Amino acid sequence: MLDSLLWGPTELGLMYALMALGVYITFRILDFPDLTVDGSFTTGAGIAAYMITHGSSPWVASIAAFAGGMAAGACTGLLHTKGKINGLLSGILMMIALYSINLRIMGRPNISLIKEETIFTGVAVLAIMPVIVIAIKVLLDVYLHTDQGLSLRATGDNARMIRSFGANTDITKIIGISLSNGLVALSGALIAQQSGFADISMGIGMIVIGLASVIIGEAVFGAKSVIRATLAVVLGSILYRVIVAIALRIEWLDTSDLKLITALIVIIALVFPSVRKHMKQKANARKRSAQLLSQSSGPALTKGGAPQ
Amino acid sequence: MIEISKVSKLFNPGTVDEKIALIGIDLKLNPGDFVTVIGSNGAGKSTLMNIISGVMKPDTGEVSIDGGTITQLSEHRRAKWIGRVFQDPMAGTAPNMSIEENMAMAYKRGQSRMFQFGVTRARKELFKQQLRKLGIGLENRLRAKVGMLSGGERQALSLLMATFTKPQILLLDEHTAALDPARAELITQLTETLVREMNLTTLMVTHNMEQAIKLGNRLIMMDKGRIILDVDAKQKKELTVEKLLGEFERISGRKLADDRVVLG
Repeated sequence: MLDSLLWGPTELGLMYALMALGVYITFRILDFPDLTVDGSFTTGAGIAAYMITHGSSPWVASIAAFAGGMAAGACTGLLHTKGKINGLLSGILMMIALYSINLRIMGRPNISLIKEETIFTGVAVLAIMPVIVIAIKVLLDVYLHTDQGLSLRATGDNARMIRSFGANTDITKIIGISLSNGLVALSGALIAQQSGFADISMGIGMIVIGLASVIIGEAVFGAKSVIRATLAVVLGSILYRVIVAIALRIEWLDTSDLKLITALIVIIALVFPSVRKHMKQKANARKRSAQLLSQSSGPALTKGGAPQ
Repeated sequence: MIEISKVSKLFNPGTVDEKIALIGIDLKLNPGDFVTVIGSNGAGKSTLMNIISGVMKPDTGEVSIDGGTITQLSEHRRAKWIGRVFQDPMAGTAPNMSIEENMAMAYKRGQSRMFQFGVTRARKELFKQQLRKLGIGLENRLRAKVGMLSGGERQALSLLMATFTKPQILLLDEHTAALDPARAELITQLTETLVREMNLTTLMVTHNMEQAIKLGNRLIMMDKGRIILDVDAKQKKELTVEKLLGEFERISGRKLADDRVVLG
């Protein structure tokens, strides 16, 4: 029981956490909904599987997967910034293009890794994954506090401002989307090695799982600072797997319902906070109006600021 | 310093909506000049700012800084010479980042941004020392998110961020217009102090006639894409709002029409 509801999901969650961190970079930091993820996840798995079956070290293969994802992300970034294509559409175009590219990389729709040596050969997933995930999380935190990282964050926060201070926001966007897809591809490479195969369709719906992890993580664990937010995303990825494991225990639900459940989780997580905020604002406004009405002399206007 | 020669800019050229934003503008700012710009609606004041900062490229003419032409340089490339404060207090800062992080980004104006920490102990001291000049206690709130500040505080921070690296030219685009009178007054005072202290060459667009007369050592008036009046420091001392309005009527043959103009 504990095994299937806690340790299993934790293992999976940690491996998908890198993908979720990637989605966090585009979705939250750059404010760019990047659908490349569905393709680049498979790209990572495909590159790693191909290289491992052709005698590469699994570590080298994983790093190559990361690089492959970065290249895919850079293409999306270029389409969006230099080609001036709408953000969502650039991601979709790249995702579709990657389907064919991934088939080319893999040579066939499915590569088995059962008999190959992977980074998980002879080591427990739970022994190695926490180290990898924490190391990458810390590196990402550090990066996001460097001069370049700050300009990346400002690009999503106020692009006009950071341009007026001399940062090229086209370049920062490309760097961010590229880094994001590198992490997604690395996650795909790890999943392929752990599950023993790479499959052409393994990336479908990945963006929604990434979003679910980010949103659940931030809602439950908070996102006050970058360090806190990246931790929340990692924990959110684990929590998402726990929720799925619990949901699948419900008798009338099937494994095939997984994507529906994921979509529902994201919808609830997106709608709930905005509804709650709206209610809160309304209640506050009502309270304040009553307060002002009860003061016969009228309010002293102390709060300034622009209406914009 | 900065020189604009024969700059023209049309919007929707050749269509029924054709609009002349700037036509044959010549303007030369000497080092240390503080020029205020006033004008009627659609006179081309904002377009002039956008042409200088590189948000727009002129159709004809040249923009140069220190003798080198920058006409074709993109906005982010010329940012190393040009500090800018926008009308919208939200525009000049990143709301979800802290005060010290915003300062760190301003500190790297026009330089390459690599893998050094944005906020180091040494930089933090510098930021504190700079923020103290604003006199509104921001130096004690370095880690507060800028989004939590009031409009006036944000605009004060924007002003400091635009100036403390001592750009060659400072562009102020109606930067007090969106604030209530008390805060606008504070920002105006800060502007005067900072510009004087650092001897910044400044171009300030304003709708406040009194402010335009009181601040700076030179005043230009624009109308229909042209500079119609250029008042030097000596003449400016004797200028009043009435005289200024009279001048406008005399030159353009109509009353100054500006729905936002503040006479003072």
